[in-house]
Amino acid sequence: MRDKQIENLKDYKYGFSTDIESFKAPKGLNEEVIRFISNIKKEPDWLLQWRLKAFERLKVLKEPDWQKPKYPKIDYQDLYYYSAPKSFKEKPKNLEDLDPKLLETYKKLGIPLQEQKRLNGIAVDAVFDSVSVATTFKDTLTEKGIIFCSISEAIQKYPDLVRKYLGSVIPITDHFFATLNSAVFTDGSFVYIPPNVKCPMELSTYFRINASDTGQFERTLIIADKGSYVSYLEGCTAPMRDENQLHAANVELIALEDAEIKYSTVQNWYPGDKDGKGGIYNFVTKRGLCKGKNSKISWTQVETGSAITWKYPSCILKGDNSIGEFYSIAITNNHQKADTGTKMIHLGKNTKSKIISKGISAGKSDMTYRGLVDISKNASNSTNYTQCDSLLMGNKCGAHTVPYIKNKNSNSNIAHEATTSKISEDQLHYCQQRGLNQEEAVGLIVNGFCKEVLQQLPMEFAVEAQKLVGISLEGSVG
Amino acid sequence: MEQKLKTDFDKFISTSNFSNQEIKLKKQALDNFLKNGFPSRKLENWKFSDINQIIQKNIGELEFYNDYNVENKINDDIFIKEIEHNKIVIINGKVERLSFEYEESDKINLTTLDNFNQNSNDDNSLLSLNNSFSNKIHNILVKKNYSFKKPLIIYQITNEKVSNTNINFQLNFELEENSSIKIINLSDDNSEKNFINNLFNFNLSKSAILKNYKIDKKSNTNIKYDYSSITQKENSISETFIFSSGSEYIKNEVSCNLEGQYSSAFINGIHLLSKNKHHEIRTNTNHLYENTKSYQLIKSVIDDSSKSVYQGKIYVDSKAQKTDGYQLSKAVLLNEQAEFNAKPELEIYADDVKCSHGSASGSLDEDSIFYLMSRGLDQKTAKELLISGFLLDVVEKITDEEIKKLLKNMIGLS
Repeated sequence: MRDKQIENLKDYKYGFSTDIESFKAPKGLNEEVIRFISNIKKEPDWLLQWRLKAFERLKVLKEPDWQKPKYPKIDYQDLYYYSAPKSFKEKPKNLEDLDPKLLETYKKLGIPLQEQKRLNGIAVDAVFDSVSVATTFKDTLTEKGIIFCSISEAIQKYPDLVRKYLGSVIPITDHFFATLNSAVFTDGSFVYIPPNVKCPMELSTYFRINASDTGQFERTLIIADKGSYVSYLEGCTAPMRDENQLHAANVELIALEDAEIKYSTVQNWYPGDKDGKGGIYNFVTKRGLCKGKNSKISWTQVETGSAITWKYPSCILKGDNSIGEFYSIAITNNHQKADTGTKMIHLGKNTKSKIISKGISAGKSDMTYRGLVDISKNASNSTNYTQCDSLLMGNKCGAHTVPYIKNKNSNSNIAHEATTSKISEDQLHYCQQRGLNQEEAVGLIVNGFCKEVLQQLPMEFAVEAQKLVGISLEGSVG
Repeated sequence: MEQKLKTDFDKFISTSNFSNQEIKLKKQALDNFLKNGFPSRKLENWKFSDINQIIQKNIGELEFYNDYNVENKINDDIFIKEIEHNKIVIINGKVERLSFEYEESDKINLTTLDNFNQNSNDDNSLLSLNNSFSNKIHNILVKKNYSFKKPLIIYQITNEKVSNTNINFQLNFELEENSSIKIINLSDDNSEKNFINNLFNFNLSKSAILKNYKIDKKSNTNIKYDYSSITQKENSISETFIFSSGSEYIKNEVSCNLEGQYSSAFINGIHLLSKNKHHEIRTNTNHLYENTKSYQLIKSVIDDSSKSVYQGKIYVDSKAQKTDGYQLSKAVLLNEQAEFNAKPELEIYADDVKCSHGSASGSLDEDSIFYLMSRGLDQKTAKELLISGFLLDVVEKITDEEIKKLLKNMIGLS
């Protein structure tokens, strides 16, 4: 019996779930549930109206179906849209008040919530299911005037900021999943960096999906005011489950004049078992707006988990001289599917964008890079450089590249390159000759293949990500 | 439109003599078209060129009935003098002359097809439209081990007798084992505002060679869709060259199925656009067997408020190991109003492959212009020199020397 349990856990290192009794809203998607969520979070009326407006819109929207990975129809009436750990009805004042079981869960995940927080210098806003658990390092940040809290808290404390920017990049009239999120989002992070402040530490949130059948609808809003800088980390792990779980988060970034936002993600949610059963549906909308002149937004992502990853972190380069960057590693193994890429919308003059995408598919998986580079009429002297490389392991997997290139400005340049190949026998042979076994050799070569992207990650993440790249491909060779 | 289509179709059938079988197939094709209508931007393939909208904007109400009983005179002046060649003359979608005077007559078999390939491709209703309204389909079969001595020039002519009309035309080529043919497809449009829908089928058996050069140079306001479907067996080679410049709107679609090993497909194209033109090339190369090769090079020069689109897809089946696929598209935008859209796509299911694509678009290189001007050229000449150099790259890919020379003269590049 015990052996069997261990056997189950071996496949997925982070596969466990805590037995905290969840406090749930009734199943289903309707006005009642939205009012319930809004009410329980003591939201102001404008937000409730905003949610309801999104819900109205949702009724006429259709789920998109142009994506490569197909999935069984989701019954939106069969999901819980709100669940909170029961012991959290009253928010804890400090870490010691936390449910010890919960703390243990985080310990297993290696989240630096207590001792590690000081060592790592990371402020953590950990989200357990849908309610913020604890926010640390507040003092250091408060000193600088930086606001880093859960979005529910921000709605209570800084309603003007939230009202001004919420939905300004991803409007409620956007596509199906973004609108669904607008209607039912429960929690997420809120960051505001005041003018000319350089955030002294990497801000980090670990998301964790817990209760079975609960879709997570996170909403993250990051605002970098004039001349400020922030680097934000997002990392995900989820417990092992049989049913597919939907995750439709919205992330909005706004960079004002001379501001810079760096957003890094390591996503390692449960990808389903070897036969493709279970796993998370990761349908996330991430969009950044370079609103002011000389602003910069940079997305870095390492996507190794989820049964289906379907997201396009995008940059709208509205301010003149603004810069958008996208660095991505996506790894699919077994039956995983990914359809990911970016959109770079050049609106301002002298805007620049760079896209580096590395896709690796193994097993029976399917990987698609889909991207859009759109240089509008007024975006003179803009440039884009895109490189997407794919690596295939075995002949049961697929790698696809679907770039859309639109150039409407004669003074702008777009360059796009893509290659698809496999690991060369020579490289493998060389590494094995030097004493590495085949798996190590593959890991090494793949890490080299991804290096351009790994370099973009903050230190704390880079190490973890490198390990992840190796772990994700275990068993894919031979 | 539906009623118009039905009445025009009945009129067409009653004035032609098709067999019952043909009429049945044509009816099916019409039903399929009625179901789908003209393709619009909602379909992925037509994302950049909404032909439904383009037809409505430029032509409006279309006449689908095209009278194939009308006698048309062939004006011999239009024939190319520089090289000796075989001819197929098509006027307003009707084959007026087939002459293979330079070839051995027992090596070629000319027939008309009773049965056509029912393309049930829902994504492309224009093929259904073509099937339902095209005249008798001629089939040209080149027998085993025979190579054409002289090129075949297909003159595709429209005259002033047609306007606001939909002209559908279809032609079939069968190349038996080890045979070869060189084709120049020359458009000569003297009509305005028609929608011309062409479909060419090429079946290449083992070791057959097809060289197909398509030239659309003469300025006209017609809207065209041109689809070439090429199936290739072992060791066969196909070479397609597209020069697209004259028509108001044209979408050239080339679809290659590489079904046998060591087969290869080369598609090269030029867009030379000015005024308000909108041209698209879409290539679809399907690698379905081991050791196949494909190469695409598309270059666009876009002036005024014209628009160039390139959609290229390389598909590699899981069986097609050792595939070699390469695709490059480049565009020069000469005017602020010009637009270039590209979608170079890879869909790969085999691991031991070498596939890459590249796409670049931008203005002419300032440094190069400066260099030439510092050598005494004025700006206009410097630009022209750079453009012809840019395009010459594609023309040089033509493997037949005689035709290369002819086309260079015709296009005005040397």
